Amino acid sequence: MDKKISILVVDDEESVRDSLNIWFTEDGYRVAGAENASKALAILESDHFDIVLADIKMPGMDGLEMLRRIKALNKESIVIVMTAFATVDTAVKALKDGAFDYVTKPFDPDDLSHLVRNASKQISLSHENETLKRRVDSLENVEDLIGKSESIKKVLREVESVAPTNSSVIITGESGTGKELIARAIHTNSLRKFYPLVSVHCGALTESLLESELFGHEKGAFTGAMFNRKGRFEMADGGTIFLDEIATISTKMQIELLRVLESKTFMRVGGNKEIASDFRVICATNRDLKSLVEKGTFREDLYYRLNVMNIHVPPLRERQDDIPLLVDYFIRKYCTSMNRPLLTIDPPALKRLMEYQWPGNIRELENMVERAIVVGNGKKILLKDLPFGKDILDSSVESLDDFEKTFILQILNKYSWNISRTAQALKVDRVTLYNKIRKYGLKAKA
Amino acid sequence: MNQKIIALITFGFFGKEFLDAISISVSNEFQCSVIIKESRIDFGDFYDSGRRQYNANKFLMAVDTMIVPDSTKVIGLCSIDLFIPIMTFIIGQAQLGGKTGIASMYRLGNEQYGLKPNDALLLERFIKEIIHEIGHTFGLIHCFVPNCVMRSGSYVDDIDQKDRQLCSNCRTKIGLE
Repeated sequence: MDKKISILVVDDEESVRDSLNIWFTEDGYRVAGAENASKALAILESDHFDIVLADIKMPGMDGLEMLRRIKALNKESIVIVMTAFATVDTAVKALKDGAFDYVTKPFDPDDLSHLVRNASKQISLSHENETLKRRVDSLENVEDLIGKSESIKKVLREVESVAPTNSSVIITGESGTGKELIARAIHTNSLRKFYPLVSVHCGALTESLLESELFGHEKGAFTGAMFNRKGRFEMADGGTIFLDEIATISTKMQIELLRVLESKTFMRVGGNKEIASDFRVICATNRDLKSLVEKGTFREDLYYRLNVMNIHVPPLRERQDDIPLLVDYFIRKYCTSMNRPLLTIDPPALKRLMEYQWPGNIRELENMVERAIVVGNGKKILLKDLPFGKDILDSSVESLDDFEKTFILQILNKYSWNISRTAQALKVDRVTLYNKIRKYGLKAKA
Repeated sequence: MNQKIIALITFGFFGKEFLDAISISVSNEFQCSVIIKESRIDFGDFYDSGRRQYNANKFLMAVDTMIVPDSTKVIGLCSIDLFIPIMTFIIGQAQLGGKTGIASMYRLGNEQYGLKPNDALLLERFIKEIIHEIGHTFGLIHCFVPNCVMRSGSYVDDIDQKDRQLCSNCRTKIGLE
C-alpha cells in the first residue's frame, strides 16, 4: 500500500467507533470517526476519505440520506453501510442508492477486513487505471512528434534535456505547430510521468471560469457551484500542469498565478483552507511574451518565473522536409482509424503540399490529409482531393491579379464555362466577366 | 531492547509448564526479560448477558490500570470469550504503540470446533496470539507476509498458517535486527 487508504467511521456509538478505529489502524489504514451524519458530511467537505463506513440507523439524518449526500458530493466515493439483521431491506435499498456493500452488525472479525480490502483494491485499481490511461494517451501523443529536419531534432534534444528537471518551461510557436505535444513529451519523459498531465486552455475561459478551473471551488462559492470541485492545480499534484495560451490571462490571474507558483499552495474559490500541490508548470503561447512584458501587459516577474527554459517549435514552412513523413504518418493514422486500406499520395499532390506555406501548420496539414482520405477515391490522394482551390493563401498565388485569374478560372471550370452562371456566382455582369477572360487569356480545357 | 521487560498477567488457571513455554518464546522473540504475575479480577464487570461474552474493551482498560514495576509492556492472559461491540468475537487486542494488550485462549482449543483436544497445538496458537498482541504494542500493524506472526487472522486456521516469529521487516521496524 503506497498511500494509506483512509476510512471515515460514522456511528453514534462511541464504542463502535473506537473499536473500528483500533481494528483498522492495526490493519494499516488512516481512520477517523464521526458521531453523526452531519459531522461526517462536514468532515468530508474539507477532507478526503477513500471509504466511508456508516451505520444506517443514527439519530438525526440517517445513513441512507447521508449516503445520498455523499454520492452527491462525490459519486466515486465508496460507502459501506452497517446494519442490524432487522434492517436488511434498508441495506438493499442502500445498495441501490450506490453503497459499495453492507455488513450486518455484529460481524465476524475478518469479514470487515476483507470487505475493506476489496474496496481498497477497487480504489487502487481505479487509480492505476486512470494513470495507465493517461500514460497511454501521453505516449500515443509523443509518437505524433514526427520529423527528421534539423529544426525538429533540435526541439527534441531540448525536450530530452529539460524533461528530467523540475524547471518551468515556456513553449513558443505558431498556432498548430504541436506545442501541446511538446508539453506531453516533456511530461512523459519526466519523473512525474506516472502522475497526471493536466491541460488548461486559458484562452478559452473567462477570468472567473479560469479561476474556478485552476483553483477549484467549494460548494456554494457562486451560483451554480453545486458541488465541491477540485481545481486543475490540485489535480496535477505530483504531475504537470500545462497552461496553453498563457498570454491571454488577465492581470489579476497573472498575480494569482505568480503567488501559486511561488508558494505551491492555494485556496479553492469560496474556501478557507490552504491546499498544497506539487506540480510542474509548462506554458505555451503563440505570442511574443517578451514584447508583452515590454508593453506592460504581461507581468515581468511572472515571465521570469515561467521562462526558466524556452523551447521554440518551428512553423511547418520552416521544416518542409518533414512534410512527406507527416503526410505518411497521418495517412496511416486516419486509414487505420477509418478502417480503410492504406492510401498512397500522388506525387503532384505531395509536391503541392510541400510548396504550400501552411499558416495553420501541422494542424492544417492533418486536417487536409484527413479530408483528402474522406473525399478521395480510396486508393490514392490526388491533387483534386486537396482543398487548395478555396484557399486564398495558396503559395503559388503571389499577386492580386494572379489570385483573380486563378479564382475566375476555378469558377468557370466549376460551371463548365457557362458564362451566365459563372457571372452570377461571381456577382459581376457578363461583360465584366468577358473582359476578365480576355485580360487573363483564360481558355476552356479542350 | 535488553532493558525492556514484558509482564504477562494471568487471570484464571494456567499450568506452570504452559506459562514457562510462553515466557521462553516471548523472551526469545523480543529479546527481553519476561515476568509472569498472577492476578484476580471480577469478570462479572465485563460480562454482557445479552451476548454471553465479555467486553474486551473493558477488560483491556482494567489491565491497563494494573501496575507491574519495571515492565514496559503488560499483557493480560485469560480464557474467556471476548467481544468488542461491533464484532462477534475477538481473540485479543492491544493498544497500538501503547503499553497494554490482552489475549484469550477461549477460541483457540480444538474442542471449540468439535475436534479432539490438542494441548500442544493450543499452546502454539496461544503463543502466536500473545506475540501478535505484543507486536501491536510495539507499534506494528498487520503484516502481509504470509507466515509473519503479525499477519491478520482471527480464526484458528489463519493462526495455524503463520509462524510464531516476526518477519524480518517487522523485526527491523522495532529494532530487533
